[in-house]
Amino acid sequence: MKILNNPLQARNKEEIFSEEIRQDIDCWIAKYPPEWKQSAVMAALRIMQDDNGGWLTTELMDDVAEYLDMSPIHVYEVATFYSMYELKPVGKHKICICTNIACMINDSDSIVKHLKKKLEIGFGEVTEDGRFSLKEVECLGACGGAPMFQIGRKYYENLTPQVVDSILDGLE
Amino acid sequence: MANEVCFRTLEYLKQPWELEEYKSRGGYEVLTHILKNKVGPSEVVETMKASGLRGRGGAGFPTGLKWSFISRNAPGQKYVVCNSDEGEPGTFKDRDILRYNPHQLIEGMVIAGYAIGATVGYNYIRGEFWEEYERFEAALEQARAAGFLGDNLLGSGFDFQLHSHLGGGAYVCGEETALLESIEGKKGQPRFKPPFPAHFGLYGRPTIINNTESLSSVPVILKEGGEWFKELGVENSGGSKLFSISGNINNPGVFEVPLGTPFSELFELVGGMKDGRKLKAVIPGGCSSPVIPGEQMMDLTMDYDAIQKAGSMLGSGAIVIIDDQQCMVKMLDRMSYFYHEESCGQCTPCREGTGWLWRVVNRIENGKGRQEDLDLLESVCGKIAGRTVCALGDAAAMPVRGMLKYFQEEFQYHIDHKRCMVGAGPTKGLG
Amino acid sequence: MTDELVTIEVDGRELKAKPGTMLIDVTDAAGINIPRFCYHKKLSVSANCRMCLVEVEKVPKPLPACCTPVNEGMKVSTRSPMALGAQKGTMEFLLINHPLDCPICDQGGECELQDVAVGYGSDVSRYSEAKRVVPQRDIGPLIATDFTRCIHCTRCVRFGAEIAGVRELGATGRGEHMTIGTFVEKSVDSEMSGNVIDLCPVGSLTAKPSRYKARAWELTQHDSVAPHDSVGSNIHVHTRNNRVVRVHPKENESINEIWLSDRDRFSYEGLNSEDRLTQPMVRKNGEWQEVEWQEALEFAVKGLQSAAGSDGDQLATLVSANSTLEELYLAQKLTRGMDSGNIDHRLRQSDFRLDGNDSPVPGLGITIQGIESLDAALLVGSNVRKEQPIIAHRLRKAAKSGAKVSFINPLWIDLHFEADQFVSTPAVMVDNLASIAKAASAKLTGNLAKLVKAAEVSETAKSVAEQLKSANNGVIMLGNQAAAHPDYSLLVVLASAIAEATNTSLSYIPALSNSVGAALAGALPHRGPAASLVEKCGANAQMMQSKPRKAYLLMGAEPGFDFWDPSLINSALDQAECVVALTAYHSESLASCADVMLPIAGFAETSGTLVNAEGTWQSFNGLVKPQGDARPAWKVLRVLGNLLDIDGFDQNSSDDVLEELKSHAAETAIDNSVSTKTAGELNSSTEGLYRIGDVPMYASDALVRRASSLQRTNSAEPAAVRLSANQAKSSDVEEEETLVVVQDGNRAQLPLIIDPRVPDGAVWISSALPGTEKLGGQFGVVTLEKA
Ligand SMILES: Cc1cc2nc3c(=O)[nH]c(=O)nc-3n(C[C@H](O)[C@H](O)[C@H](O)COP(=O)(O)O)c2cc1C
Ligand code: SF4
Ligand code: FES
Repeated sequence: MKILNNPLQARNKEEIFSEEIRQDIDCWIAKYPPEWKQSAVMAALRIMQDDNGGWLTTELMDDVAEYLDMSPIHVYEVATFYSMYELKPVGKHKICICTNIACMINDSDSIVKHLKKKLEIGFGEVTEDGRFSLKEVECLGACGGAPMFQIGRKYYENLTPQVVDSILDGLE
Repeated sequence: MANEVCFRTLEYLKQPWELEEYKSRGGYEVLTHILKNKVGPSEVVETMKASGLRGRGGAGFPTGLKWSFISRNAPGQKYVVCNSDEGEPGTFKDRDILRYNPHQLIEGMVIAGYAIGATVGYNYIRGEFWEEYERFEAALEQARAAGFLGDNLLGSGFDFQLHSHLGGGAYVCGEETALLESIEGKKGQPRFKPPFPAHFGLYGRPTIINNTESLSSVPVILKEGGEWFKELGVENSGGSKLFSISGNINNPGVFEVPLGTPFSELFELVGGMKDGRKLKAVIPGGCSSPVIPGEQMMDLTMDYDAIQKAGSMLGSGAIVIIDDQQCMVKMLDRMSYFYHEESCGQCTPCREGTGWLWRVVNRIENGKGRQEDLDLLESVCGKIAGRTVCALGDAAAMPVRGMLKYFQEEFQYHIDHKRCMVGAGPTKGLG
Repeated sequence: MTDELVTIEVDGRELKAKPGTMLIDVTDAAGINIPRFCYHKKLSVSANCRMCLVEVEKVPKPLPACCTPVNEGMKVSTRSPMALGAQKGTMEFLLINHPLDCPICDQGGECELQDVAVGYGSDVSRYSEAKRVVPQRDIGPLIATDFTRCIHCTRCVRFGAEIAGVRELGATGRGEHMTIGTFVEKSVDSEMSGNVIDLCPVGSLTAKPSRYKARAWELTQHDSVAPHDSVGSNIHVHTRNNRVVRVHPKENESINEIWLSDRDRFSYEGLNSEDRLTQPMVRKNGEWQEVEWQEALEFAVKGLQSAAGSDGDQLATLVSANSTLEELYLAQKLTRGMDSGNIDHRLRQSDFRLDGNDSPVPGLGITIQGIESLDAALLVGSNVRKEQPIIAHRLRKAAKSGAKVSFINPLWIDLHFEADQFVSTPAVMVDNLASIAKAASAKLTGNLAKLVKAAEVSETAKSVAEQLKSANNGVIMLGNQAAAHPDYSLLVVLASAIAEATNTSLSYIPALSNSVGAALAGALPHRGPAASLVEKCGANAQMMQSKPRKAYLLMGAEPGFDFWDPSLINSALDQAECVVALTAYHSESLASCADVMLPIAGFAETSGTLVNAEGTWQSFNGLVKPQGDARPAWKVLRVLGNLLDIDGFDQNSSDDVLEELKSHAAETAIDNSVSTKTAGELNSSTEGLYRIGDVPMYASDALVRRASSLQRTNSAEPAAVRLSANQAKSSDVEEEETLVVVQDGNRAQLPLIIDPRVPDGAVWISSALPGTEKLGGQFGVVTLEKA
């Protein structure tokens, strides 16, 4: 007589993600108490999002749920609550521009206008070539360098239209 | 500047975030002393109490007192959590600590753990601070390698593990219990209190949670003594404090000055207004603190009591300096939009009220305001403030009330003339 | 904390309470009404709606009563200007985005929002912005959604996490964009999902089957008892124009608390099914004809008499244990009155070797509520979550507070609590139990002693034995699939010996709503009323089929669906001279073999009594008139008794019948004792592919099989052949292939599904489903052929 692994857990954990991704997520799991694997959900979603070109599909969220023994709806709740998770495709370079007060009074409006015109997209849209998408965000904690935006993981401060041009031109 | 606390390494070192450089300025000496000499944890807490340090995250709750709520000897896991979610518009000081002085935060957190008997800590860093997170992670690596983190620190028998947790973009996670929920892998929805984190915190265990600046101040306070720190500041506002100063000024940035410093001195420090414009108003403590007219501000000192007496809050020490070209209606429109966007949505007054506030302000901004809207705003604020699960609701109401208190005529003008009375000009409304 | 009470003052009234109790619980107990939406006594406190704000002396802000603990000397006003102002403020916020579409809302008239709005709302809205609209979502056939009405109290979300044990509904999005739902297009499938309809304070979640059927105030509410599983959940039946329009739970803390399984809630739809039998029918010259009662009864009596003749043994009575106590009592009385001992309600049992030594009145042996305080439980042959959802809910509570629960089952089951599962083919299940018996040093004799001696004691068996031994309050429970097991008698004796050795108790989870009542009423071949052993034992259900009789009386049972072996009962009935069926439905399965069909009242149409798993007798009234010419079965039996000239059939009401039975059995309690320590040889085998035939939750009886909404849920899966991937490979068959199942020469064509829940060596083919009504026993060897 033996206890088998519950077959209702349809997949072996190893089958869910690639070795590399698993290691990455497991590093996060290891930070938390063993019975709190779900603490790694935000990290896991971020890792999957990065791996998937910047956005999350339902299938990816389901995978995360399965990997962390969570119910899918719990993962959807997390993914829809935090603004950094994208549930629609984004550009290769996601431009997050702050328009909150410090930036606003330092004329972030003109940067926004410049970007929209230059890229021919509005907020929440992706350029036709898929290189850029534009997102309006709340204060990013860099008000001393207002106006500012973040592209990918990097902050760019003290923007002017000229500075913006040279930054965008410098990107792959 | 002399007597700096969180920034004591900055001006003197090339790469103050490196362990060796931090150590060259006396870094980790306090921790080493405490561990080697087995300084009594209660002594640490007493020193913190004596320092008069008030939480730098915004609420200004005395840090030593908070620590004393934890019964150190109660069995089971306890936690130290650092709040580096820095999201209050105007605030950008914790980012500088993470970038330039991460070891001091680590040292402070280990000491906090020692004081309350916690062996695990988490630093919750807002998700957008990726570069700061990497800097902090590197510092953690160094600290582990040097034996300041891990098991049996410096042979003392005291263990302390410290991890970072990255946020995902939600201002409300700066609220301490929302932050705990977020670490627990959930939506960042604040918990109702009581119970407070000291009794029921992370994973249901006793937890202290402090702001980055508060925890970073700990090593210096213990080194120089509580009295020393207290004396830096003024009555009821001990120590020095980081001020994030932004706006229409020449030299924005983070400045560490003693509490009680006159605003006018800070105004000098930031090089005055840009382009020779006039000072119109100041938001003294982050977006949620009510605005104060410029001339009144010039007479105030930067400490908890003085700012409170003026009807606002010192908050996180985020000063936004506004010139006379700015339209206060447009400012409030943007601020109200922020709270509406960032409301977690769980409690009724905040979920429904912040949207209502924003829509009314937005209407006025766009030239569709009605006379009764001013009373309506006041009344909706009254139904939010003090009735929500967390303070985000209050934070949404306060700027509205502040704006209406001092700049009502701009709102009235928008309603009457369907356009703006300041240079920023008529906005979208006239079209 | 001490037991000392603190004194607080609420609206000038002095109240006493345990310190730390939440204020709202104290005021609720005292009958002081504080409005609320998110608070619910059965759910965790979330304190998010902010409707319950009250004024507490010395506190500058209003405090939510639901999360404010009381302490000595606290002075509270629930209706001071500050409190009322706060409550009205919240109400205004809740209404600004609410559609106020009450006239077309099913919740109208029983809406908590509407009720509170009358007291706290104001008539003029100051909100002139556009209202929030939430797109519609389809979450399945049971629950209608209109999330635009949602007030975000999150009761439904907490219900999923805390009670149902599966998080199906969630609140996605942030702030004003937060919406309740499943996020992806998906149905809600929990067996208890309908409870969110009751929990939802507004019309955001309403019952789909009864949608737009009636306004709340047009309904009449009656008390009754749910007719499916052995819990006997208390219900409110709501009727209009002599029709059951919907069913709600009725609070009974000791039975179903405030919950109801979906089966109990929505099965009433089967009452109005098109194939209700509304007129007596007889078969004349092979043709079915509708006739008057008198003619039908005479036809039946003549048929029975001529078929059985003077040989009582030629009459066989097979009754469903979903019948009422009164019906079962009269059925056995009638059978015995005709000199036959052949009556049985155990239609899904095949192993009767223990009869005589069996437990006289098998039942839980503990209270339903008592399940919560178990600290160890071993369940044998039970998918309790689907079969008796409320019992599973109580077990879940026990497990959550630390009870160790294990299962010995022929299939992996989907559980909502932590438990160990030992899954194997039916034959190995016996070994597994023997292995625990050995680990527990259970005392057995004869054949079982040999079996136990030969058993291997694994570490897991030891740990289960240890868990039972160290428990203060442990049970071994036998479930539906144990009762249907070909070696039921071995399982029972082993379980009872383990119970004895580990100082735990033997417990049965009866399958049907009146399984316990059937034993009390004497619907057994070897036991009469009050479970007393009879002198001359009749034939049990199995014998009545394997050795066909000339006359059959069936009550509430459909041959293809309610018997252990449909092929066996069909062939027995085919050979009979006269088959009289008391039935609420004109079913294909009966029409093909019966000679008379007498229409009887269904659920809610008759008065009667059910005895639940813990032994509680629960009586109810007839609430609507039986459809057409249907009559309560007890009346039909009484008239049959009269026409057959049997004494003692002159009761005037079901109460009279009940009184008569009570004079025998009122004092008879559940008795799980087993008076032997041995049993026969193993029937089940490890040779060949062994069928496991469970009864799916929505196929368990004639009523639920006709409940159309339940039949449209994902839980009502059509018949299929299920194999593990391994087994499919070694049987050389592939997913989605159509296979021919051959069992005892009977054949059925079914699709193949690869299902990891099936152990190797077994094939899972549910019974009681269209497509399996011609197959053999629930358990037994089958072969698979390609179609
Ligand atoms: C909506 C909201 C946002 C907050 N954001 C922050 C934040 O970004 N950083 C922070 O340290 N405290 C923030 N706080 C305050 C925290 O709740 C908490 O008081 C603080 O972290 C405690 O640390 P301290 O005592 O050291 O200040 C916020 C509070 C609220 C209500
Ligand atoms: S949250 Fe509200 S209504 Fe809900 S019960 Fe409490 S505060 Fe009350
Ligand atoms: S307001 Fe833009 S970074 Fe703060």
